[in-house]
Amino acid sequence: MAELSNQLMALTVLAYLVAMVCYAGEYAFGDRSRVGRAAVRPARQMVGAGAPVSGGEAPAVVVRPERRGEWAGRIAVGVNAVGVLLHLGAAATRGIAADRMPWGNMYEYILSATFVASAVWLGVVLRRPAVRHLGLFATLALVVLLGADGMIAYTPVGPLVPALNSYWFVIHVSTIILATGIFLIGAVPAAMFLIRDGYDGGKRRFPYTLGRNVPAAETLERLTFRLHAFAFPLFTFGALIAGPIWAEASWGRYWGWDPKEVWAFISWIVYAGYLHARATPSVKRTAATWIALLGFATMLMNLFGVNLFFSGFHSYANPGGM
Amino acid sequence: MTALEERAAPSAAPPPRRTNRVWALLRNSWRQLTSMRTALVLLFLLAVAAIPGSVFPQRAVNAEKVTEYYVTHPELAPWLERLGGFAVYASPWFAAIYLLLFTSLVGCVVPRLLDHVRALRLAPPDAPKRLDRLPRHTPAQRRAEDPAAVAAAVARTLRRRRFRTVVRERPDGGWTVSAEKGYLTEAGNLLFHFALLAVLIGVGFGHWYGWHGNRILIAGADQGFCNSLPQYDDSSLGPRVRPSDLPDFCLKLARFEAAYQPDGQPKTFSAAVTVSEDGGPDGLRSFTVNDPLRLHHASVHLIGHGYAPILGYTDRYGVSQTKVVPFLPIDGMQTSEGAAQFPDVNIDPKTDKRDPTLQVGFEGRYLPTVGTDGSATSAFPAENAPALFLTAYRGDLGLDVGTPGSVYALDQRQIATGELQNVSGPRPHKLEVGETWTLDDGTKLRFLGTRPYATLSIRYDPTQSLILTGAVLGLLGLMLSLAGHRRRIWFRALPAPADSGGGTLVAAGGLPRTDYPGFADEFSALVKAAEEGTP
Repeated sequence: MAELSNQLMALTVLAYLVAMVCYAGEYAFGDRSRVGRAAVRPARQMVGAGAPVSGGEAPAVVVRPERRGEWAGRIAVGVNAVGVLLHLGAAATRGIAADRMPWGNMYEYILSATFVASAVWLGVVLRRPAVRHLGLFATLALVVLLGADGMIAYTPVGPLVPALNSYWFVIHVSTIILATGIFLIGAVPAAMFLIRDGYDGGKRRFPYTLGRNVPAAETLERLTFRLHAFAFPLFTFGALIAGPIWAEASWGRYWGWDPKEVWAFISWIVYAGYLHARATPSVKRTAATWIALLGFATMLMNLFGVNLFFSGFHSYANPGGM
Repeated sequence: MTALEERAAPSAAPPPRRTNRVWALLRNSWRQLTSMRTALVLLFLLAVAAIPGSVFPQRAVNAEKVTEYYVTHPELAPWLERLGGFAVYASPWFAAIYLLLFTSLVGCVVPRLLDHVRALRLAPPDAPKRLDRLPRHTPAQRRAEDPAAVAAAVARTLRRRRFRTVVRERPDGGWTVSAEKGYLTEAGNLLFHFALLAVLIGVGFGHWYGWHGNRILIAGADQGFCNSLPQYDDSSLGPRVRPSDLPDFCLKLARFEAAYQPDGQPKTFSAAVTVSEDGGPDGLRSFTVNDPLRLHHASVHLIGHGYAPILGYTDRYGVSQTKVVPFLPIDGMQTSEGAAQFPDVNIDPKTDKRDPTLQVGFEGRYLPTVGTDGSATSAFPAENAPALFLTAYRGDLGLDVGTPGSVYALDQRQIATGELQNVSGPRPHKLEVGETWTLDDGTKLRFLGTRPYATLSIRYDPTQSLILTGAVLGLLGLMLSLAGHRRRIWFRALPAPADSGGGTLVAAGGLPRTDYPGFADEFSALVKAAEEGTP
């Protein structure tokens, strides 16, 4: 079963890669892209070649935009959905192999958190096809995170140490995984908003050129906010209420400034800062969104950095922690 | 302030009065401090200030690591100490940031609370003169009914949608309907911030009136522990707690059990203790890792365990002493290190004098399962093939100097000065259970077996429930404030000029008071519902 989980994990990454390629296909050839528009442009230019054209006359001869991009996008969402199922399979078989919830160590934790991220992304894209152009970046983030998880954090299946044997473990970790997943996927529209905003502002250097084909800045910004506003209370509950309750039962203190706790605190503060900045009219939306990205960086630090650089009570991957 | 201005106004030419500079400075500083921008900066400072606490070892979290840091970074460590790097969360600069932040918070939310209470008591304000200046508005439309009836119908629709609605008659015969909704958003927001204050206060009081201590409790009726300061291995009392305030209870470890997976990962731990509280009778109670023992004014947490070898030493005069010495685990397989010290041995029965150069100490490792590969670490945490590996020392143990030393190691200074000498050679001597080791002077050490011990963390924090309540209320407030939207709607029903056919002209305007993308839809739906008179 553990072997199956590993194979499913590899397939998941593969599926996301394929989805990424398809999203890229839509990104490049879809009707928002330059190639797509180029298919339209010659017709317009022919009309407008002789004399200035009045507004109403322009779309008289419009070639239908390329449908290839549209199809690439649809296939991408389909493959993405397959990827989500495989991802679920990888997490579930891992849980079955270990005979517990699949979040007992860093590898499983990231596997589950990225699953949530991916599922939320799929939910968003199914409800609002307009943001499908973000898929390239969402799947890219998923592939990178999952790849890093498999390469850096892989741990063989093992049982839980006694300290994890508590129902608060399920509550604490599941809510944090949900929140983390949503925060992670929330960083994608945040980054794309900044790029799109820069593009709209006339910047034409590299990262801003990506902004040409993504949804409108306002849509992206709103999506960013909604994802973060949804994840923040979940994170508050998971990290600052359920966690301390469990810590009190297990270690005797509700808060002990363990490195993981410190970084959860930092993430919480940064995301709180984002929500405050966004609610303050005098703070620009771009500034607020940068704060959200800073929160994403602290989240990554929490996912990878804390486990790799510091040792603390939360380092359950190594045996013997009690 | 307002009263002063009212009085000053009628006087024709008030003498130009210069504002007090100190007052102006204070007022401006306060305004600056309570501004959102400052609060944001303070928030980020707090986040940045928290980072060193995860990078450098913290004395409150792990004091041994701090000592280790002093060894590995002898030059940097004293500087970090001065800057509070080993106690970041108790350092003055960390406190400065969060106290400023909370002052800023108080300065922000208290006026907002007053405003909100006022807003709750006041009716929604009358419609602005020009509805078309509002973010959402509809031009006037003609209705057949007279203005009063239109206003009443509109108000009914709004009230059904749980808007707080007020209908006002204008002197010109027109009517206005003002409605507001989303008070819970601001209430939730305030609740969240006040809950944060409650949590901070709770943490502060918990620190003042709480206490905790750690104690290694060896199994056996002869190894009991009663709750008083000297009986702890280490302890810390809050500034407002006196040692005599500690509640009265005694514990004896009756049983400790550990089960392991085949790979050595722990599976379960459980401890059973006989407890006597306030001098009452003994009762047997069990507890485990996630399920602490809750006493009346303390909770006992199982945070570790290990083995305590039982060692019997027979000296030159044939006098025997037995000691149970806890060894501290250094890895997950319970490879343990420790020392047994016998200062009161080799006392000449004729003179009854103790020879300080004939004290004996043993130092080394205990391996619950000796591996087959000959390594110096245990192969499994349970006692499958236990053995001690000890080095014997004779001389002055250095216990009489008065400086407190570790009981888990011999005094290395005594060894360095040669006051305490290795008498068993460079290789540690292996002792299995039941074996006797005869030293060079004919004295004997016998390894009688081991007893398990439990590392207990005993704590009392009086404000935990307050903090939990605060946190839960805060979360509730947070969800209310993130989910809700505050918005105002106005309808104005004016009698239409008679020459245009009579009836009523109805215009509407809407103002979202928070960022609310769905407002346009809600507004048009409301206007439509009001037009049709549907609820």
